[in-house]
Amino acid sequence: MEEVIQPFYLEKENRMKNNIIHYCNIKDGSVSVNGKSLYVNTVEKDFLSFIKTVYKQFDLAYPKFYKMDPLCKLSIVAASILLENTGSEIDPNMALVLSNKSSCIDIDRKHQETISQEADSYASPANFVYTLPNIALGEISIKYKLQSENSFFIFEYFNPKFLIDYTNSLIDLGKSNRVLSGWVEVNENNYNAFLFIVEKSDGIELTQKNLIKLK
Amino acid sequence: MSASSNKISVYVSRGNCLSPMGIDVTENMNGLIQGEIGISKIVDQKLQEDSFYGAIVDKNRLHTSFQELNYVGEYSDLEKMMLITVDKIKSEFKVLFKDDCGLIISTTKGNIDELSSEVDEENYALYGLANKIKNTIGIATEPIVLSNACVSGVMAISVAKRLIQSGSYKHFVIIGADVFSKFVFSGFQSFQAISNQPCKPYDKSRDGITLGEAAAAIFVTKNKSLIDNQPFYELIGDSSINDANHISGPSRTGEGLFKSISNAIKEAETDKIDMISSHGTATNYNDEMEAQAFNRASLQDVPLFSLKSCFGHTLGAAGLLETVIALNFSTRNMIPPSIGYEEHGVTLPLNVSKSFQQKEINVILKTASGFGGSNTAVLFRKGKSNEK
Amino acid sequence: MEDLKKELKLKIIEALNLEDMSVEDISDDEMLFEEGLGLDSIDALELIIILDKDYGIKLTDSKDGKKIFRSIETMATYIAEHRSK
Repeated sequence: MEEVIQPFYLEKENRMKNNIIHYCNIKDGSVSVNGKSLYVNTVEKDFLSFIKTVYKQFDLAYPKFYKMDPLCKLSIVAASILLENTGSEIDPNMALVLSNKSSCIDIDRKHQETISQEADSYASPANFVYTLPNIALGEISIKYKLQSENSFFIFEYFNPKFLIDYTNSLIDLGKSNRVLSGWVEVNENNYNAFLFIVEKSDGIELTQKNLIKLK
Repeated sequence: MSASSNKISVYVSRGNCLSPMGIDVTENMNGLIQGEIGISKIVDQKLQEDSFYGAIVDKNRLHTSFQELNYVGEYSDLEKMMLITVDKIKSEFKVLFKDDCGLIISTTKGNIDELSSEVDEENYALYGLANKIKNTIGIATEPIVLSNACVSGVMAISVAKRLIQSGSYKHFVIIGADVFSKFVFSGFQSFQAISNQPCKPYDKSRDGITLGEAAAAIFVTKNKSLIDNQPFYELIGDSSINDANHISGPSRTGEGLFKSISNAIKEAETDKIDMISSHGTATNYNDEMEAQAFNRASLQDVPLFSLKSCFGHTLGAAGLLETVIALNFSTRNMIPPSIGYEEHGVTLPLNVSKSFQQKEINVILKTASGFGGSNTAVLFRKGKSNEK
Repeated sequence: MEDLKKELKLKIIEALNLEDMSVEDISDDEMLFEEGLGLDSIDALELIIILDKDYGIKLTDSKDGKKIFRSIETMATYIAEHRSK
């Protein structure tokens, strides 16, 4: 559906480097793939209402979405849009490297509230199971059948250097040929998803400057 | 680029740990060799009306030991555990800390119980914990928090290895820790996954996990000469493959763990493994899944043990703690018993260790599996130290 | 009995976040797990909590759960016989 960004400015020797072949952003009420805006909704200020409209708009038809915590909702929607709107084939060995600032804080708060009510303190298994940030990796892996390297990292700020270092290490050490990497942050109504796919082929050079620009 | 040839060698050493069994690795090893366990009957009505089994650190001892480090300021129990555990590495390598040594913090929930009180986000957020530890021990680089459920501790070693091999870092200090929290205990209770007895990995009568708390630390470097005056190990293979099956239930076929082990063995170019420190949580499904994976990898005859029946399940600390203990046993050429294992309780054969065995150990496999479908396998080979 | 069934359906929709569904979408004899509603092991744990919290029934053997949670019909029958709340 989407045209791939043409790496017209690439030098020939870059072709065997690890480059960004596709990317996706969900922030400030808008969804874009490879820099092209695909959906805007600035009416829904509430994150859960907003992400539900995105889910419906893109016909994701994955009912498990409703059961997920906010971090998984943002991650599965961003990954689905990225993978399904770029015509890229699904590589079952594609590694996942995600990061954020707040871990899965919203569902943590919800679980904490439930267990703080003294008289009626039944923890909910359906909440507790989402109280780990790497569950988002598990959900993406299940949906796209990715039996691959999966890691979730936490940083106070978006850390392009680390994402580049670790993504490169996975490809250069032969752990994976392709990596879906990025930042998926949600804390109440503040959210920002920036996912990108890296492999050894034509694309945007994987540099800190480019990542900061694209985020 | 040739990925497999000319690979940079990466080594680990100076492992330390803190658990209910002791304040440092020596105390922990002494306790284990005398057959002690860190799990005991706990009475704490804030957590549960009836008593329950858990592995909880003696807080008086913790606070006294922490005072000896002379840090000024407020620190949580979790932070104290981390700082005590990393102190030996800090005193030895503080010059590198100020330079380009990386820091990985492996934890699932950090200071999560602080969520119940009215405090600033930094007090319970994982990045806040990482910044505090970084500043206190004087690390110059940006701290990396790895929060990948129960595989975090083993995966942290693998992440450090990769970042050193790809040239981004020269050394890492890894600290893994989690505390016994109401947050996690209530969740596992709602899963009906808490054992009514000290947990019994691979045993027929196993009925779930016992939770624990602990901290562990280790130093990772490509510069062998920094560490070869004491026992050290080379990291010879590693892999972490997701099951892509279920977010909380282990794969019935052990798919991800089997692939992780196979990849690690392929990288290490050896399948001569002398012992396995497995995950062994003592839930029905986990132990069965591991049996499937180890059999598919033809490792059913290799002596295997779970340390969960000594330390409980310590979540983000578990993989690192169990690595430190396994390497220390290996240094003594000893295989420990898998406590609580009496009658074989998985459907396929496994060589679960029943007593202390003296045997030359060179290659050790450490595995872990966890929520989110995650699995990790790392292979270690004993180095020749110039110990005097 | 009809009220209890409707009440159960509402509770299940809420506890299991089946946001897209309404009471009319769940029939009394539809299988809750596997090919029917497609609930999984985590959902089963939520159902156990509903029994305990709202009807005072403590389930200890997961084998009982399989029979009780077959459908809304079987759940309602079991609750009507065993409830203490």
